[in-house]
Amino acid sequence: MHLKHRDARDSSPVAPWVLGFRLMIRPTPFHPRTSALNETGLWSHWAGHLAANRYQESDKFEYFAVRSAAGIFDTSPLYKYRIAGRDAERFLAGMLARDVRDCPVGHAQYTTWLDDRGFVLEDGVVQHRAPDEYLLTSAEPNFGYFADRIGRLEVQIEDVSSQIGTIAVQGPRSRQLLSKLVPSVTSTPFFGLTDGEIAGVPVTVSRTGYTGDLGYEVWVDAPDALTVWDGLWDAAQGLGVLPFGLAALYMLRIEAGLLLLAVDFDSSRYAFNDAHRSTPIELGWSWMFKGLADDDRAFIGRHALEREIADKTSRWRMSGLVVDWEDYDRVYGEAGLIPPKVHAPVHEDWMVYDGAGQRVGYATSFMYSPVLQRHIALGRVRPDLAKIGQRVQLEFTVDHHYEKVAAHVVRLPFFNPERKTA
Amino acid sequence: MSSEPYDAIVIGGGHNGLVNGAYLARGGLRTLILEQREVVGGAAITEELRPGFWFTTFSYALSLLRPQIIHELELTKHGFMPLLMSSKFAPTPEGEYLWFTQHHDQNLREIERISPHDADAYEQYGHDMDRVCQAIKPLLDMVPPDPFSDDPEELLALAGIGSRLRSLDKRTFHNAIRLLTGSAADFLDDYFESDLLKGWMASSGIIGSKVGPRSQGSGLVLLYHSLGESDGEFGSWAFHKGGNGGFTQVLARAAEAFGAEIRLGSTVERVLTREGQATGVALADGTELHAKVVVSALDPRRTFLELVDPRELPDDLVETVRRMKFQGVSSKVNFALSGTPRYPALGDGSDMFRGFLNIAPSMDYLERAYDAAKYGWYSPEPYIDGAIQSTIDPDMAPPGQHVMSCFVQYTPYQLRESDWDAERERLGDTVQSTLERYFPGFGDLVLQREVVTPLDIERTIGLSEGNIFAGELLAPQMFFLRPAPGWSQYRTPIQGYYQCGSGTHPGGCVMGAPGRLAAGQILKDGGTAHD
Repeated sequence: MHLKHRDARDSSPVAPWVLGFRLMIRPTPFHPRTSALNETGLWSHWAGHLAANRYQESDKFEYFAVRSAAGIFDTSPLYKYRIAGRDAERFLAGMLARDVRDCPVGHAQYTTWLDDRGFVLEDGVVQHRAPDEYLLTSAEPNFGYFADRIGRLEVQIEDVSSQIGTIAVQGPRSRQLLSKLVPSVTSTPFFGLTDGEIAGVPVTVSRTGYTGDLGYEVWVDAPDALTVWDGLWDAAQGLGVLPFGLAALYMLRIEAGLLLLAVDFDSSRYAFNDAHRSTPIELGWSWMFKGLADDDRAFIGRHALEREIADKTSRWRMSGLVVDWEDYDRVYGEAGLIPPKVHAPVHEDWMVYDGAGQRVGYATSFMYSPVLQRHIALGRVRPDLAKIGQRVQLEFTVDHHYEKVAAHVVRLPFFNPERKTA
Repeated sequence: MSSEPYDAIVIGGGHNGLVNGAYLARGGLRTLILEQREVVGGAAITEELRPGFWFTTFSYALSLLRPQIIHELELTKHGFMPLLMSSKFAPTPEGEYLWFTQHHDQNLREIERISPHDADAYEQYGHDMDRVCQAIKPLLDMVPPDPFSDDPEELLALAGIGSRLRSLDKRTFHNAIRLLTGSAADFLDDYFESDLLKGWMASSGIIGSKVGPRSQGSGLVLLYHSLGESDGEFGSWAFHKGGNGGFTQVLARAAEAFGAEIRLGSTVERVLTREGQATGVALADGTELHAKVVVSALDPRRTFLELVDPRELPDDLVETVRRMKFQGVSSKVNFALSGTPRYPALGDGSDMFRGFLNIAPSMDYLERAYDAAKYGWYSPEPYIDGAIQSTIDPDMAPPGQHVMSCFVQYTPYQLRESDWDAERERLGDTVQSTLERYFPGFGDLVLQREVVTPLDIERTIGLSEGNIFAGELLAPQMFFLRPAPGWSQYRTPIQGYYQCGSGTHPGGCVMGAPGRLAAGQILKDGGTAHD
């Protein structure tokens, strides 16, 4: 077992003390550029890094830049692990629930890993960068979890989180913009990888993202991050491309039907009871296991997952909920109020009922969607109710009391433009 | 089953014709929409007048569009996208300005900079307007009841409106009446002291109308322009992806998805009738098309005086339509620009251009601009509602370059001792030199200019006298009086012949309500579908 855990974060272009903070909130490798662009002076903390909520006064303006032109997002705070060695594929095939053997070199795969009771620990994207080399991303620290399970395999795992800067370029103009710099992106398929150079610096470009739109992510060694940012920024001038922050990202990802850890589900690792645990089937990821019958892997959680599928013991099914606009307007109208239609996502629990007033689920992310012109929610309902068009009710607080408003179940993602995969 | 291929023919592929045709097709009628031009949209079109530069020739922004239409016609499936205008900018030539963003607190600070008094006045004004709009808005979605009818249903509907008004608090009731009958200036003077702020707010009270801010009637225009919403936000305006032409393309796709057929390049010469019943239309090329329902999306003058023989109609209707005020006063001057204009007080900043740019530094400025129109001439210093739309939708212009739409007032249709063919380019020069005073060097940015006078509006898309609302938004021609007493319910004296244009209730702007409400009436009347 070879373990290598080098934390290179302090080699970031701006050391934390430069910012004058006592707390060790770190800048990302792009901070000198993102901080110059952030007109609000406000930052969130994301995985111990400074992340812009928005760059100017309107998150919705940034949102529309992504849906109508393109936006640039600094996604560097993600955890990143390089997993390499002769047994890397074998190792990951046993660790990850989705079959990583279906991900050839030059491709990426959205995946999840489970505990032995079949509950989700986390989700992430794994890139197959070279025959014996993978790069796995995650939202929270997982180094110990993976490292401790290497055993006698010929695998090295390295935390490269701070060695790599990542810029997401998302939106209908992302291909036009990136192809000026990395021409091969024009032929890179959805979840494909390609190598190229930006401003003389080698980069890897993946056709991935968290917006549900046509989009790419650019991966660069941290010391070269600013050179790449500048190259990208120069190429973006005049194209209507804006930097966007977390607030716009959260809007985009709900429309895209992409779940957020600690909002739409929790890691089973740290849950106190099963109400805070979810299986991948419950989260709507059964598509990951279509080939399960023909796949002979022993992976963590396999038996529990098979039992759940065979015995139909799933408690929930993640679904898209669309609020009935007429009923919503009626409820607020009758109270003498202007029906609020707020684009900013609310990441809280919303109760879901059936027609008889029985609680049949709960929603975890809610917003007014500009591209759908409806209130939408990511929510889980009882599996027997997870049918397209199924009528349910969502509970709102109107004038300080609860009101139920009609809603119905739709297929996820809510917004799925052809260009995303075309 | 009728042997004719169509149940309904809609004359005019403007937004109301498209909305109407889409609803009729959705209701099961085999529907044909006829458009004289080679592009649908009527006044809501976007044209590539210079390679890579897309001009919103006429109509340029969206707010009053009824949300029901978005949902019922499933417009989001066809690309409906109301892009946010994140800024509003009202400059003076002296370097004073108001710049509103999406940040509420910052906007109040911006007003405080000019007048501490007006900051909370602005809050109060916003709240009071919201309350009035809340009360008035339901009228936009109802067929006006007929006060001349003895039908109990009509009387009940009238009583319903009465009881709704009675349920308002006194302040809201009074504000509503003041807006409906008074001037924008009187209303705004009660709230604000800042000239710049008042000029800005009063601008919404004159748009498209031959009134000054101090004229009775401008209150109604002000209220009308506040009744909309965008993206669920009360009173806010948006810029549709691809301009308003982008929006009407969405409408056309929706109409076709419901089964409506759209035929371009088809000018309707007249409506065919037999024994008081519409039977179809005759095209300019002599083709006759038959259907039991014929709907005119054109303005009342064309609907009643040109498409049919007025002798087939009651005298009082003909007389009222002849008297109807059109008197267009608005023009468009559209520019292709090589860069963004420079406002010296804000250095090289350009973020303030992400939305409306209001050239009306005071109420007096607007009133003086109106003075010229009263005497048959165009304003030497016009009111301009500008929008550099490519700052919001970069697909409208090549990288780094821009299109700028300028709505200009006042430019009366009837000029004293001249005509618009003679004055067109001089109007363009007037607008350009006005902008030059605010943005020195503006002229150097101009790559191309398009001047669209009321005469051009009438010639190109057929709106009488170039009135953008298909008939003035004046109280005597509103609600159950639009377009004429007794004929506000989208029917006409000719059986099977209907009206659905902006000359019917509720009126103009890209609202779609006339098209939708008319379709409801046609389908209620049986639509003579598949009989």
